[in-house]
Amino acid sequence: MASTIKGSRRRGIALHTVLVLGLLLSAFPFYWAVIMSTHTSTEIFSYPPKLLPGPHFLENARNLFDNIDFFGSMLNSLLVATSVTVLVLFFDSLAAFVFAKFEFPGRGLLFALLMAIFMVPAQLAAIPQFVIMAKLGWIGSMTALIVPAAANAFGIFWMRQYMKGAIHDELLDASKLDGAGFLRQYWHVALPVVRPGLAFLGIFTFMGQWNDYAWPLIALTNPDNVTLQVALSQLNGTHGTTDYGMVMTGALLALVPLLIVFAIGARQIIGDLGKGAIR
Amino acid sequence: MATVPVVEQPPPTAVAEAPAVRPRKGILSYWRLYAAISPFYLLFLAFGLIPVGFSLYLSFHRWDGLGSMEWAGLAQYQYLLTDSDFWQSIGNTILIWALATFPMIFLAMVTAVMLNSAVRFKNVYRFAYFLPNVTSIVAVAIIFGSVFSTNFGLMNALLQAVGLDQVAWLNTPWGIKVAIATLMTWQWTGYNAIIFLAGLQTIPSDLYEAARIDGAGPVQTFFRVTLPLMRPVLLFVLVVSTVTGLQSFAEPQVLLQTTANESTFSGGPDHAGRTMVLYFFQQTFDNNDFGYGAAVAWGIFLVVVLFSIINWRLVQRRGEE
Repeated sequence: MASTIKGSRRRGIALHTVLVLGLLLSAFPFYWAVIMSTHTSTEIFSYPPKLLPGPHFLENARNLFDNIDFFGSMLNSLLVATSVTVLVLFFDSLAAFVFAKFEFPGRGLLFALLMAIFMVPAQLAAIPQFVIMAKLGWIGSMTALIVPAAANAFGIFWMRQYMKGAIHDELLDASKLDGAGFLRQYWHVALPVVRPGLAFLGIFTFMGQWNDYAWPLIALTNPDNVTLQVALSQLNGTHGTTDYGMVMTGALLALVPLLIVFAIGARQIIGDLGKGAIR
Repeated sequence: MATVPVVEQPPPTAVAEAPAVRPRKGILSYWRLYAAISPFYLLFLAFGLIPVGFSLYLSFHRWDGLGSMEWAGLAQYQYLLTDSDFWQSIGNTILIWALATFPMIFLAMVTAVMLNSAVRFKNVYRFAYFLPNVTSIVAVAIIFGSVFSTNFGLMNALLQAVGLDQVAWLNTPWGIKVAIATLMTWQWTGYNAIIFLAGLQTIPSDLYEAARIDGAGPVQTFFRVTLPLMRPVLLFVLVVSTVTGLQSFAEPQVLLQTTANESTFSGGPDHAGRTMVLYFFQQTFDNNDFGYGAAVAWGIFLVVVLFSIINWRLVQRRGEE
């Protein structure tokens, strides 16, 4: 008996050793970025490599702000990510409410179409999208990023699954007897009970928009008015060989809003990712 | 952004079904419902369906985006089939995908099994392992670019420290692919481990108990009990990795734009990191060859669908044995 306890403890230590090793591997690139953003380029280029943070962060940050409009592009990113998130939450949950709780002609067909759309890859539509938006005069502005992303198949699917389980028909029937119309049912009955589902969708949408790169790279043709990801990539492309400390400072600072959102929503995201399977 | 795997669907209650006797109403009486779902379909029409249809039309034409379109028949597709650059990009994409996906699935599975048996700090681990996935790909590619840099990169410093020769990671065909694949593996292992973990937690513990009583060791239990039950989750992870991995763009684009000589979409020296989507961007937005770009896009679509079906079949067939 004693030996099995000892054995299981040894196994536990081995397990946690490997898990901590994996954790360090996950975290290391962040640490590496911190090191590079706190050294000058000459220090970075020297051997042996620096393994501890240095004192040059503010200097790098100043160079960064001199080279690109960091806060302007961060503001653009915030504008796009926030607008899209609000629009997606509203449009997707409204459509999901309809699909989850109402019968109407063509429901099955429309929902099947929605799922098919889910599968269409982005670059198939990229060229004509660009042409259409050029015609509309949206190329170069944030509108080109916000409008097409305002509703999506994934969010509708996700919210529909959530609402099917969370909204009880008795509640809807009762509110109907009280004389509530469709919009009041949506706002006062449906939304309050699906808040966790909305939180998950909102956080995922925000992070996805914040990180979006390919389409903004194409659609934002004015190099002075771009999102943060595009600005960072410009910095890397044009100054890549000159000042790594500065580029790395930008990469690191661009992660901050994202990490804040993730820290707030981590429990929600990771929990929901697994919850479906546990229940 | 990748999707959520196992979306839970609770059993619908009996009341959820439509009442048996429904008064017949005209289609117009449902206008509120149609209006409520219309934003998505309108957006899809304007920025999805019409563009996709238009890109099919475009692929039968020559067009630089400004002048008038010129009918080309099947010429673009004929050229596509013989375009060695396109075939090279398919090869690059599949190699990078394979170099990233198989280690990633293996590592994610091992991590998930360990997390499943670790009792303490489970939430700390899950948080830390998920972190690489929420970071922006541009920032990550910049960071990895410095890790794999020839002159001052960490990888070469490590090699030097153990007395090996340096490798010009971002200047050799294999180095480029390994660097991109490493980045992808780093970013997606934790995410998939958490999905696997969710799957593992659905396996009832009495199954393990029964296996233990039958005298099965941990390895045997994994292959006889765990793996068969995990097949649906494995299939999901494989399909998602295929669809996203075969359409990789930002990773090679940002990682290689400093060593690219002709354009930021050229995929590094000898185009060794030029993936299919990178090639699409190069043809379309660098060369302004919109007609050929559209044909390339359809070619990519076909490759992704074919590859997904092959993967699906392989995993399914194993399941029937």
